[in-house]
Amino acid sequence: MALNNFLILSAFLFCTGIYGVLARKNAVLVLMSIELMLNAVNINLVAYSAFHRAVAGQVFALFVITIAAAEVGIGLAIVLLIYRNAHSVDLDDADQLKG
Amino acid sequence: MVAQNVAFWILAIAMAGAAIGVVRSQNVVHAALYLVVVLAGAAAQFILVAAEFVAWVQVLIYIGAIVILFLFGIMLTRAPMRSEGSMDNSQRWAAAVVSLFLFGVVTALFVDAYGGKKIKLSDDLVLIGRSGHIASSIFRDYLVPFEVVSMLLLAALVGAVVIARRD
Repeated sequence: MALNNFLILSAFLFCTGIYGVLARKNAVLVLMSIELMLNAVNINLVAYSAFHRAVAGQVFALFVITIAAAEVGIGLAIVLLIYRNAHSVDLDDADQLKG
Repeated sequence: MVAQNVAFWILAIAMAGAAIGVVRSQNVVHAALYLVVVLAGAAAQFILVAAEFVAWVQVLIYIGAIVILFLFGIMLTRAPMRSEGSMDNSQRWAAAVVSLFLFGVVTALFVDAYGGKKIKLSDDLVLIGRSGHIASSIFRDYLVPFEVVSMLLLAALVGAVVIARRD
């Protein structure tokens, strides 16, 4: 199977994730787009692992999955805090740090 | 070989459509369900290249834990199920241009660098992805990164509790 199949699929998912991060207003949807990007990286890592016949890619995919779980935990905690303080998860409203 | 290619393309098209659903859906819960399709498709792709352990960890952690966290997040923030306005901000077109440009560049690079390279699907591939092999790699070659990741996970969980706690 062509290696490029996997790489281009993962590039597509990554770019969709970038679009989501840039174009979404709702903080939860932005976090979902970040998950899309992390998942695209995992596909890349596993494809290279099969291509090079090396297990390292799969090990790093597991690390990325772990860190994604930590990131979602922290991210949703921050989103909850923003919601509690601003009564909105609209990222355009979270501009208290703007000078 | 042919069967794997057919399976790949079916999964890839489903994943691409669902990924667009994640970033285009105007309903937050639908976006989370589209995300499940993408994540399950990725797990199936892992099985196609015989990375079974990673595939099942993907199902357990991503679909089992992370999507549930998202659904809790949607529930607790009372995100509008059907939005009054749009879920997208005004930079939609600029974002589309950026992501299409990046996709073009990355695809051109991949075609240039790996055009014609093939993943050999043979029996030895199964031996690489088996859990015993991954475990000995983690606990022998990648022990320090593993410990660092576990400390990071601990710190993140404590931090999440501290941030989200109501005092």
